[in-house]
Amino acid sequence: MEQIGKRKIDGMWLTVVGIAVLFFLILPTLIVIPMSFSGASFLEFPPTSLSLRWYAAYFNSPEWMSATQTSLIVAVTTTVIATPLGSLCAYGLHCSTPRIRNSVQALVIIPIVVPVILIAVGVFSLYAKLGLNYTLTGLVIAHTAIALPFVIVTVMSGLKNYDFDQELAARSLGASRAMALWTITVPQVKFSIQTGAFLAFITSLDEVVISMLISGGDNATITRRMFNSLRDQLDPTIAAISTCLIIVSVTVLIGVQLIGRRKNIDK
Amino acid sequence: MSSAEDNTKARSLQKASTLKSEEYRERMTLFGLSLPAVLAILIVVFLPIFWLSSLSFYNAAGALSMENYERIFKSALYRRTFVVTFQISISVTVICVLLGYPLCYWLTKLSDRTAAILMVFVLVPFWTSVLVRTYAWLVLLQRNGIINSTLMSFGIIEEPLQLAHNLTGSIIGMVHIMLPFLILPLYATMRNIDTDLIRAAIGLGSSPRGAFWRIFFPMSLPGLFAGIVLVFILSLGFYVTPALLGGGRVQMLAQRIESTITVYSNWGAASALGVVLLLLALVMIWLMNRVFGLDKLFMR
Repeated sequence: MEQIGKRKIDGMWLTVVGIAVLFFLILPTLIVIPMSFSGASFLEFPPTSLSLRWYAAYFNSPEWMSATQTSLIVAVTTTVIATPLGSLCAYGLHCSTPRIRNSVQALVIIPIVVPVILIAVGVFSLYAKLGLNYTLTGLVIAHTAIALPFVIVTVMSGLKNYDFDQELAARSLGASRAMALWTITVPQVKFSIQTGAFLAFITSLDEVVISMLISGGDNATITRRMFNSLRDQLDPTIAAISTCLIIVSVTVLIGVQLIGRRKNIDK
Repeated sequence: MSSAEDNTKARSLQKASTLKSEEYRERMTLFGLSLPAVLAILIVVFLPIFWLSSLSFYNAAGALSMENYERIFKSALYRRTFVVTFQISISVTVICVLLGYPLCYWLTKLSDRTAAILMVFVLVPFWTSVLVRTYAWLVLLQRNGIINSTLMSFGIIEEPLQLAHNLTGSIIGMVHIMLPFLILPLYATMRNIDTDLIRAAIGLGSSPRGAFWRIFFPMSLPGLFAGIVLVFILSLGFYVTPALLGGGRVQMLAQRIESTITVYSNWGAASALGVVLLLLALVMIWLMNRVFGLDKLFMR
C-alpha cells in the first residue's frame, strides 16, 4: 500500500514538472500574438484595448515592407536552388562508395553545428573581396550554403528507407538512369525532398547572424532590421511582425507534419 | 580443350574486371552529382573559416607569430569572455537537462497519441524564429513586465527584479531556445527503449526506482549525451539571445568576435578567438560522433 502511494506521488510530481516545462516552452512563444493586437502605444500584457494599429504600422512602413520583400525573395530563391542541388547531392552520395559517402557526409553535416558567427565573419570577409556584401546575390549564395546540409540530410535519410532495387529493375527493363531516377526514385522520396525544401525556406527566412553582417542598405533582411530595432528599444511593431513570422513557421511545421503522416500511411 | 577452357575463364575474368572498373567509374560519375552542393559548402563555409583561421597566426606587421594568442590568453578582458562563455554554457546545459529529462520521461509514459500531440509544444518553439522568442522574453522580463508585476502582486517581492539586460536574462532566454535541442534526441532514444525490460526487472523483484536507475536511465544515456553536447556547442557560439537579453553587459565569445571586428577592426585577435571557438566546437563534434554517430543524430 505504502509503495503504491509513493509511486502515485512520484507520478504526480513527474506530471506537474512535465506540464510546467511544456508551458515554459510554449507560452513565451505565443505571448507575442495577443500583444500584437494591443491598442496601447507601449508594450503591455495582457492588452487593455484591442486594435490593429501595429499591423497598420508594419504594413504601411516602406522600410519594413522592403525588408520583408528582401527576406521573402532570398528565402524563395534559396529554396529553389538548395532543394535540387541538395537532393542531387544526396542521391550521388547514396550511390557512391561507402568510404566517400561517410567522409563527405561528415563534411556536409559539420556546417549545421559549427558556430554561425564563424561562418558569418568568414563570409563577410570573403564578400568584402568579391564585392558581394549588401547584395541579394551574396545573401542567396550564403543562405544556400547553410540550407544545403539540411536538404542533404533529410533526402539522404529518405533514400536510406527506399528500396533501391526498384530503380535497378526499371533500368534492366530499358529505362535510362536519368529516366529511372526521375520516374521511379524521385516520386518515392518526394516527401523527404519536400521536407528538405521547407527546412531550407525556414533556415533562410529566420537566419540572423550572417544576414546581420552581409545584408544592409536597400537589401537589409527583416531579421537584420528586427535585430537592430530590438537593440535600441521595444517597438510594438515587432510584435505584429513576430506574429506574422510565427504564422509562417507554424504553417511550415504543419506542412512537414502532414507530409510525415502521409508518408506513414503510404508505408 | 583445356586451352579453350582457359580462354573462356580468362575472358570472364577480364569481363569481371571491366565490370568492376565500370562500376567504379559509374559510382564516381554519380558522386559527381554531389559536387555542386559539396563545392558550395566548401567555398562558402569552409574556405573562409580556414582563411580566417590563418589570419590569427600573423601579427600586425604581417609576420608569422603567436602574438594574437598570447594576447587573448593574457588580457583580462578576453579571459573574462572565456569565463563568462563557459559559465553561461554550463548553466544553460545543466538547466536544460533538469527540465528536459523529466519531461521526456513523462512523455514516454503517455500513449503514443497523447505524446505526439504534446510534442507540438516542443516543435512550435523549435520552429519559431530565435529573434521572435528572444523578443518575447525581453517583454516578459522587463522591469514592468508580467513576471515582475505578478511576483509583486503576490507580495513575493517588493521591488521589481532586474531580470533582463543581464546574465539572468541571457540564461533564461538561452534555456528556452536550447531546450528543444536537448529534448529531441533524448526523447527519440527514450521512445526506443523496450518497456518490457523494466517490467521484467520489476517482475524479478526490483523496485520501480531501482529499475529506473539500473535499466531505463543507462539506456537513455546516448540520447542524453547527444542532447548535452548539442546544447553545449550551440551555447558556446550563440550570438543573438545573449546580445539582446544581455543588454551589452554579457559578452560571450560570439559577441566578442563580432565587436572585435566591427568596432575595433582587429582581425588578428578576432580570428584567434574564432580558432579557439572552432577547436572547442570540433572537439565536441568529434566526441558526439564517437558516442552517438552524427548521421544517427541527424538522419532518422
